[in-house]
Amino acid sequence: MPSTLVILAHPRPSQSLATRALCQALADAGNVEVRSLYALYPDFDIDVAAEQRALAQAQLVVWLAPVYWYSVPALLKHWIDQVLAHGWAFGPGGEALQGKTAWWVTSAGGGPADYQAGGVHQRALQDFVPPLEQTARFCGMRWLPPHVLYRGHQLEEAALRQAREDLALTLARHRQDLGLLPASHAEAETPATPE
Amino acid sequence: MTQAILFLLAALLFVPLALRVGLGSVLGYLLAGMAIGPVGLGLVSDPEAILHVSELGVVLMLFVIGLELEPKRLWAMRGAVLGGGSLQMVVCAALLMALGLLLGWTWQAALVAGLALSLSSTAIAVALLQERNLMLAPVGQRGFAMLLWQDIAAIPMLGLAAVLGAANAADSAPQAAADPFSGPLAQVAAVVAVVVLGRYLAYPAMRFVARQPVRELFTGFALLLVLGVAALMQRVGLSMGLGAFLAGVLLASSEYRHALESDILPFKGLLLGLFFIAVGMSMQLGLVLSAPLQVLLGLMAVVALKALGLWLVARWLGLRGPSGKLLAVLLSQVGEFAFVVLAAAKASTVLSPEQADLLTLIAALSMVSTPLLLMLFDRLNRADAQALPADAMDEPDSAVVLAGFGRYGQIVARTLLGAGIKPTVIDHDADTVDMARRFGYKVYFGDATQMDLLHAAGVGRAKAMVVAIDDVDQANRLVHQLRQAYPGLPIVARARDAVHAMALHDAQVHHVQRELLESSLRSARATLELLGFDAFHARQLADEFRRHSNQFVSTERANAEDLDDIVKRARQAREQFEKQQQQDLTRQASRRGHAGWDEPG
Repeated sequence: MPSTLVILAHPRPSQSLATRALCQALADAGNVEVRSLYALYPDFDIDVAAEQRALAQAQLVVWLAPVYWYSVPALLKHWIDQVLAHGWAFGPGGEALQGKTAWWVTSAGGGPADYQAGGVHQRALQDFVPPLEQTARFCGMRWLPPHVLYRGHQLEEAALRQAREDLALTLARHRQDLGLLPASHAEAETPATPE
Repeated sequence: MTQAILFLLAALLFVPLALRVGLGSVLGYLLAGMAIGPVGLGLVSDPEAILHVSELGVVLMLFVIGLELEPKRLWAMRGAVLGGGSLQMVVCAALLMALGLLLGWTWQAALVAGLALSLSSTAIAVALLQERNLMLAPVGQRGFAMLLWQDIAAIPMLGLAAVLGAANAADSAPQAAADPFSGPLAQVAAVVAVVVLGRYLAYPAMRFVARQPVRELFTGFALLLVLGVAALMQRVGLSMGLGAFLAGVLLASSEYRHALESDILPFKGLLLGLFFIAVGMSMQLGLVLSAPLQVLLGLMAVVALKALGLWLVARWLGLRGPSGKLLAVLLSQVGEFAFVVLAAAKASTVLSPEQADLLTLIAALSMVSTPLLLMLFDRLNRADAQALPADAMDEPDSAVVLAGFGRYGQIVARTLLGAGIKPTVIDHDADTVDMARRFGYKVYFGDATQMDLLHAAGVGRAKAMVVAIDDVDQANRLVHQLRQAYPGLPIVARARDAVHAMALHDAQVHHVQRELLESSLRSARATLELLGFDAFHARQLADEFRRHSNQFVSTERANAEDLDDIVKRARQAREQFEKQQQQDLTRQASRRGHAGWDEPG
């Protein structure tokens, strides 16, 4: 069973250069299961039991989701509302996620200069992370610093390759810290995202 | 023929008039009878014969009441029938007998008169209860239990009237002595036969008849069933109404219940009306002129004593406040069966002809008095009477009535069932009904476009009506009828195509769903996904199309005569839509990789 679960939340992954590159990097690491929420549930009819089964098997949960309006796309928020249920993820008997690790891998339309006082977004991207971070912590999960790809949609081919390599390295480091050894590439799961 | 015309004319003249003045339909029929009877215009000379024929109206009414009473509920009523019924009879008869003794009548005469007058009119009381929708309320249940007991007790009462008379008992009850097909043994055998036939033979027979393509055969079968049972009961010396009631109870839990009810109702209504007309015709109103004081005081005394007795019994049974008084008023009249008992008593000389004639007239007049007393009661209890029916109902109707249990309706029904809502389902196909019944659904057989059937199925009390019939014309007819009869009822309707959907929108249907739209959009999405579109993108394209298409269907009005015009308008709208869609796609392609979060890209 793959110990890394990627929850991909992009409405049109095939048309997003940044998200596609990031997803590719994660999937290529091996021992990874990718679940593309907008492909699985275009009608927002989330199969809660299936999502919870996938979560239960994973040690590292990656939310691969672009920044939409200082948060995540709607279906990932809906996924959080539905899947991280009372009595399962929190509350009495809600210990399914205890000890697991959550990580937000994201791409932002703006650059670092936009995310600061005086920039168009007025605040550092870090300021918009707490709701997601506390969601994970409330469920007893550990929280890794988000991985951000700025100006993802404007990057050229070479920059995207670089971004893939950066993410692959960061993932490998995290997995090593967590004691999760990647399986051989032959076992790698095929990503649900079309090329 | 001329008589039939006469009756219909009189009814159509007097009943609306009576309703207009607020007297109720029963009084209207009685007045119509008085007007055309021997005392009035004298247009009809033989009211007795008419009365005899129209008794079938009472029989059919009891059958319909039986249909609404499942054996389970009848069994639950046994205490009310035996206890409440006998108590009412004893108390009322005792009060009336005391009056008779006070007037110096022989004890036999006082006893028979008291018993006969203690009977109430099922026809009038039930008609009034139904008029006010009170049959299922406690007052209706108690009242009906008493009436049921009276129907049973009236048979031995006839025997008593004959036996108490010193003279020829055989004359008054000719069947009782000689006939081998009457007597307790034959009566028990007949009841057993009705139960067995109702349970094991009537059901497959009904299914067979229902399968025939000729609709009226089922109506014929329903009438045959009731009349056959009634005739059997009469043959063995039991009450016809009681037999019909029994047959109704036995069929109450079958899915043909609503079909039977709606088929029988028009006959019941007309024959019951005829019965009231006949009662009105047979009144010896001459006595009112020759002995006005006796008639008036007698009438007041009888009705007052009965009401007093009923009120006491009602209190005893726990019906307090306005309910108890309402019961006292509703059953205060003397019943139609009293005519028969009084005639038997007259024949056996227990009662003198004068006594019998006077009591018969009082009995008839008391039937007129009930609707009048009820008006008085309403005036005195206006606030209470209005509060009464709503909180007193004890059988909740289904919140949803669903017409058409084909592939479409089944999915609707199953989804509702999953939410704990059990819809009342109507379908006209015997095989579908049969299949659905085997799956455990509560399905009723009949033509949903019949208003009687809809009414019987409880549409008036439903929160929503689902029209899932596949036939366009039938669906349209049903929707228009519903719109007229129940303007406030929300309708969810299945449309065959866009033109049908336009018609349904025209009829102010709340939710119109084209039967193939959603599944076709699913197929379109699947195809787009196969071509490489993201699933959510495909969904958005389908959503756009649905919005556009529904907009067209709900705003454009179909002109059935000019299909070309619709086609033209549809094509224009489609071209505009496609142009717009193409523009969107082009714009997105040109901005590929440049979209912010405000737009998926």
